[in-house]
This record gives sequence, C-alpha cells and structure tokens, in this order.
Amino acid sequence: MLDSILDTSLLINFVYVISATLFIFGLKLLSHPSTARKGNLLSALAMLIAIVVTLLDKQIISFELILVSILAGSAVGVYAAKKIEMTSMPELVSLFNGIGGLASLAVAWATIAGGVNLSTFVLFVSFLALLIGAITFSGSVVAWAKLSERMIGRPVVFKGQAVVNVLLIVAIVVSAILLIQQPEVTTWHYLVIGLALLMGVMFVLPIGGADMPVVISLLNSYSGLAACAAGFALENNLLIVAGSLVGASGIILTNIMCKAMNRSLVSVLTSGFQPVVTSEMVIEGEVKPLSADDAFYVLEAAQSVLVIPGYGMAVAQAQHAMKELQGLLEDNGAEVAYAIHPVAGRMPGHMNVLLAEADVSYEQLFEMDEINSRIEGFDVAIVIGANDVVNPAAREMKGSPIYGMPVINADLAKNVFVLKRGMAAGFAGVDNPLFFKPNCRMIFGDAKETLNNIIRQFSD
Amino acid sequence: MTAIYLLFILMLSVFVGFELIRKVPATLHTPLMSGANAISGITVIGALALAGGEYGQWSTWLGAIAVFLATVNVVGGYLVTDRMLAMFKKK
Repeated sequence: MLDSILDTSLLINFVYVISATLFIFGLKLLSHPSTARKGNLLSALAMLIAIVVTLLDKQIISFELILVSILAGSAVGVYAAKKIEMTSMPELVSLFNGIGGLASLAVAWATIAGGVNLSTFVLFVSFLALLIGAITFSGSVVAWAKLSERMIGRPVVFKGQAVVNVLLIVAIVVSAILLIQQPEVTTWHYLVIGLALLMGVMFVLPIGGADMPVVISLLNSYSGLAACAAGFALENNLLIVAGSLVGASGIILTNIMCKAMNRSLVSVLTSGFQPVVTSEMVIEGEVKPLSADDAFYVLEAAQSVLVIPGYGMAVAQAQHAMKELQGLLEDNGAEVAYAIHPVAGRMPGHMNVLLAEADVSYEQLFEMDEINSRIEGFDVAIVIGANDVVNPAAREMKGSPIYGMPVINADLAKNVFVLKRGMAAGFAGVDNPLFFKPNCRMIFGDAKETLNNIIRQFSD
Repeated sequence: MTAIYLLFILMLSVFVGFELIRKVPATLHTPLMSGANAISGITVIGALALAGGEYGQWSTWLGAIAVFLATVNVVGGYLVTDRMLAMFKKK
C-alpha cells in the first residue's frame, strides 16, 4: 500500500516537472507574435497534464464534486472568453485577476480549516495566501467597477484615510498572530479574511482612472503571488513555479507602465492623497479647427501618415474605419504606420489588440522610441482619441504635472490632425499645448464619423 | 528544511520569470496578461486534493469552490488569449 502511494506521488511530481518546463517554453514562445499562439497552446497543455495527473492522487476519494466544479467552471470560462468584446479586455482581465485571488484564498482557507497540527510555517504561508488572495479579489472588483464605469473613475479619498489604513495594517498583523496561535478558532479566519478584503478596497479606491494600467498589472502579479503562497502552504512545487512566473510577469508590466508615466509605484498608489497640481503656464497660440473635407486634401497629398491611437479610439470604435482609411492611403501610395504609447488604452498592449482585431498587421505597429527617432519624416500625424501621450508639455514645460513623462512627439511631424470630441483635458487633467501649435489642426466630432467622412471623400 | 527547499524553487523561478517576460514585446502585453491569468489558475491542482479528500465538510466545499474558480481562470484565460493571438497577423 505504502509503495503504491509513493509511486503515484513520484509519478505526479515527475509530471509536474514536465509541466513546469512546458510553462516556461510556452512563455518563451510569447516573445514573438508569430510563435505566440503556439506558446499559449503549450502552456494550456502543461495545465492539462498537470490537472490529469493530479487526479491520480490517492488522497482523492470522491470525484463527483470535482467533476461538477470543473464542468461549471469550464462553462463559465468558455462563455466569458467567447462573449467578451476586445474593448472590454481590461475589465475581463481584472475579473480574472480577482477570481484567481479568490481561488487561492479558498485553497488556503481549506488548508487551515481541514488541517490538524499544522506547523507554524504552514499556518504563516496560509495566512499570506489568504491575505494576498483577499486583497487581489476585492481590489480587482473595485478596479473592474471603475473600468466598467459602474463607479466613478476619479480617486476616492476621505478625511483620515491614511490613519484608517495604518490601523487596518495593525489589525491585520494582530489577527495574523491570533490565527497562527489558535488556527482552530474560526472567528480568526473570518477576521483575517474580512480585514484583508477591506484592505483591497482601500488600496484601489484612492487610485484614479488614468493609473488603471498600473493597478491591473499589479493585481495580475498579486494573483500569481497568491497562488505561490498557496503552493508554500500545500508544499506544491508546481504552484510555486507557475505562481512566481505570473508574479514576475505582473511586476515587469507594472514597472513598464510606471516608467511610461514617469512615476514611481509609490506615487501611483498614493495618487489620491497628493494635492492636485495646477499649472500656472499660459499656452500661446490658438486652436485651429479643420473640416474633414480639408483634411482629405492634405491626406491625399501625403507620402507618409502616422496614426497615434488612444483610448478614445476604442470608445468611438474607430479602429475599423481607420483600417479602411489605411487601405485607401496605401492604394494612394502613402506609407502608413501606427505609433503605440505604452500607456495608451487602459491596460498594457490594449491598443495593439484592438488594431489586430481590425486586421492591422503587427508589423505596422511601432513602439514610442522607434517612431520618435523618425517622426520628423511623417507628412501627417493623425491623433485619434489620445491626449496625454502626445502632450509636448512633458518635454517643454517644466512644472507641468506630466513634465518628464516620455511621450510620442506628434508635434514634430509636418502636420498634425487631432480627432477629438471637444477641448476637454485628458485623464491627467492637463492642458495640451499640442493643440495650439502652428502645424496642428483640430477635427472635432466623433472619431469614427470623421474617418468615415474622409473615406467617402476618397471614394468620390 | 522543506521551507528552505521551497524558497529555492521560488527564487529560481522568479529569475526565470523575469528573464522570459522581459523578452515579450509590448504588442503582446494584453495576451501576456490574460495568459498569466490562465497560468495563475494552477491553484486548481491544489484545490483538487482538497475537494476530493477527507478533510472535513467545510474544507471539501471550499476546495470545490476553488476548483470551480480556478477552472474559470484556466479555461477562460487560455481561450481568450488564443482568440486574441489568432488576430495578430502579418501583412
């Protein structure tokens, strides 16, 4: 009997090694769009063999509940993956982060509740998994509500918030000590989970809509770290490996997002607590509107056109119209390129997915640094629904709240067309001197309609 | 000693993670995140033993809930990532 238990345990752990290797290879293939799909399949295969081999575990005696849970989970997963609009990917990823956190919370809770004579180490890491899992869950739900505009996007702050946060942390430490000393007292379980859930809410509330790419990336990382902590509690290597891969991924993305906004992670997380910076600068010049008809004549003569999309393009669903215009411009002999700022959109890489959906080749999408080195050569730069990421104040106006942030230097192109609904400031609430530059023309109105107008001119 | 051995694994895989993810181009960052969502559903293998074992009723139910949630992550995450990656085309 003991021998056979050892054998299966050996087999299971051996397959886990293979699975971990496949996860790593899967991520490696994600380094290029042409191999990425294969990488994702490899990663899914790794997951599948890990699940199948785990079911051989001799400790598992009843399969009914497992079967029902897996079937129900798969149904929900398939539905979500098929139904979701690409525009709403940030919301879906946010929810998935939260679900991952909740799953780790449940595993850790079950470990504490079902264990006898657990060591202090296991209790401590289970507490960590409970804590991180709960923070990830409630934080992600708030982030999701902000992204889907179910609650206001601007920072939510109230008097004494910092004091409440400090008290909350103290209370969590105390409840952790209680939980580790008396794991059989269920009151402490509820206390830790309740406080951690509250902590997650308090962590995302003071963060504004513009900083959501950072928050999603960070919560993505947390969902991995929660799995990692659960792996420590269950002494499961594969959980630790896979969890830390996700954790590392989220941290790298968080770092990229912060750099792209020229801010530290601490300043993002405490953004709601900082006084609003108002710039005293007066911007010289005037705003010059342009009709779609006149825009057509300039575009018809252009040899090279640069498109700079922002979240406004997604809101107006203008990416398909832009792709159509791209085709016409290319037939007309012009070169068309797209410049993507790292924080354009509401999550890392969001614009790229939307353009890929509209059938724009990834070879025409360029990163900020690449395009900035040759931006003077473009005849026309079309800014669609972007604002802060093309704001030259980041370069020119010391004292501007966004001074020092790396931006796409749209103002250096020969002509700039800005497709915009009105003169409202961007997420950062900063005026944009680009709109007042002599080479800039504003085309007011819905971006999709404007583009369709220009397209009609081309076909006439 | 187990704790130290697990920490070793953690340390090494964090380094591997950093090296791998740094090479993912910006254009694939959204699929990377949804793919990471799917990978974090690995909790399912921990949850299976809890849902099917004899750890008391409460643990069994929590385990089953965890299996359900993690499966949503795994299935939803991989499918939506595949859907996105299928759209990335060359000229």
